[in-house]
Amino acid sequence: MMKFPHLPNADNSSFCDLLAQQHPEVLLSRMGAAPMEAARSGVPLSVPQATTVLAIKYQQGVVIAGDRRATEGFQIADRRIEKVFKIDDHSAMAIAGAAGPCIEMAKLFQTELEHYEKLEGMPLSCEGKANKLGQMVKANLPMVFQGLVVMPLYVGYDVKRGEGRIFKYDITGGRYEESDYHAIGSGGKDARNTMREHFQRQLPEADALSLALVALFNAADDDVGTGGPDLVRGIYPTAKLVTAQGIADVPEDRIRTVFDGVIAARRSREV
Amino acid sequence: MPMPYYVSPEQMMQDKAEYARKGIAKGRSSIAMEYDGGVLFTADNPSATLYKISEVYDSIAFAGAGKYSEFEHLRKAGIRHADLKGFLYSREDVTARALANSYSQSLGTIFSQEMKPLEVEILVVQVGADTQPNEIYRISFDGSIIDETALAVIGGRSDAVLAGLKAKMSGQMPSLKAAVGLCAAALDQAANQKLTPEGLEVAVLERARVGRKFRRLSADEIRHLLSA
Repeated sequence: MMKFPHLPNADNSSFCDLLAQQHPEVLLSRMGAAPMEAARSGVPLSVPQATTVLAIKYQQGVVIAGDRRATEGFQIADRRIEKVFKIDDHSAMAIAGAAGPCIEMAKLFQTELEHYEKLEGMPLSCEGKANKLGQMVKANLPMVFQGLVVMPLYVGYDVKRGEGRIFKYDITGGRYEESDYHAIGSGGKDARNTMREHFQRQLPEADALSLALVALFNAADDDVGTGGPDLVRGIYPTAKLVTAQGIADVPEDRIRTVFDGVIAARRSREV
Repeated sequence: MPMPYYVSPEQMMQDKAEYARKGIAKGRSSIAMEYDGGVLFTADNPSATLYKISEVYDSIAFAGAGKYSEFEHLRKAGIRHADLKGFLYSREDVTARALANSYSQSLGTIFSQEMKPLEVEILVVQVGADTQPNEIYRISFDGSIIDETALAVIGGRSDAVLAGLKAKMSGQMPSLKAAVGLCAAALDQAANQKLTPEGLEVAVLERARVGRKFRRLSADEIRHLLSA
């Protein structure tokens, strides 16, 4: 193996490994702090994941959406936080958990995929990307005992198969593919209930987007950790469409129009 | 008792340089040329999968000539340098100048300290944003670094290719079509044969692209650009 002075040397194509080797101090999961009292005493961990993010398959691919609220205890820490990230030309991820480590993982995952693509001259397969993310979730396990959970929901367009795919994870890095839809975070169950009632295979794009936003609306209705549309400040959940053409942001006015319809319908029931 | 034989440092450096130059001249040439929309790379490369030109970062590309295994290692080290810097600071802090300096130091150290010098010559190119000028750095096997303008040629009979191109270029920035035509003709001449679009490796750093500006041109695109 050739070694170059004044340049970073490594023996594989992983950016995570390179970063851990060259700058271990920037990775939270390598800090090796002692577990929290609760974890050592065997009390079940309650891991805060105040959020709702979800993904739904439709005709052309997958819609992935999330609310905008970040909380600190009973306070709202941020009303505009973004929880849905474009990762590369064919994948996006949404995250639930502690904001700092979540954003770090999204950025690290973006760099990891781009790094691999440039070194190897071709992108990872959809399956390969999903597995890599699983390893990153697993590497974060020590931080879970500190109460810093990162839980991603990964959506990729599999170019070989010609279809969108949804992957969910558990804290040990276990990776599970969902066939139709999924939601995670504190409001995930509420969102899943809505999707279960209204989901159909091969929905048109507009219907899938409406269902995603209604599911978020219902989650915000029942879950304090999830922010609904903020009509005063004009802050709305965000959504992206993952298709063969790439990752497209759904424009805010389109999202607002859907919410206007949902709110008008709910209001008419109250009269 | 036999006397340990003595070689003067000058002689040793000369021998190493000659060895490296021979190795680099054995290969085929690669050209970087500025055009009105960015920077064009053209290489005489019969392989469709083993590249001489590669993306490094958003607006930075790499071209290597000489021994493939050696410049491929350098290419990867450059991507690691760029990705680390972009992650630790920000994407806009990754510059061709810093990367070229690291390459220069690395090659210089290897040339003076190792038995065998690297038989490589490389280009590090950055396309300027908006109205900023492009940067083209040519780095030789001994770490010497040259800041080129408009045009740079590495590998093979690079001096002949460079002279041929300079004779044909007007002072104006060529269009992409004109630039591809010029480079392909110069490589044809050096190779003493008409190179097919499949035998050329062509890529661009396109100033107008958002984000990652590096793009490879397919054989069909090359054929189209070369057609009259």
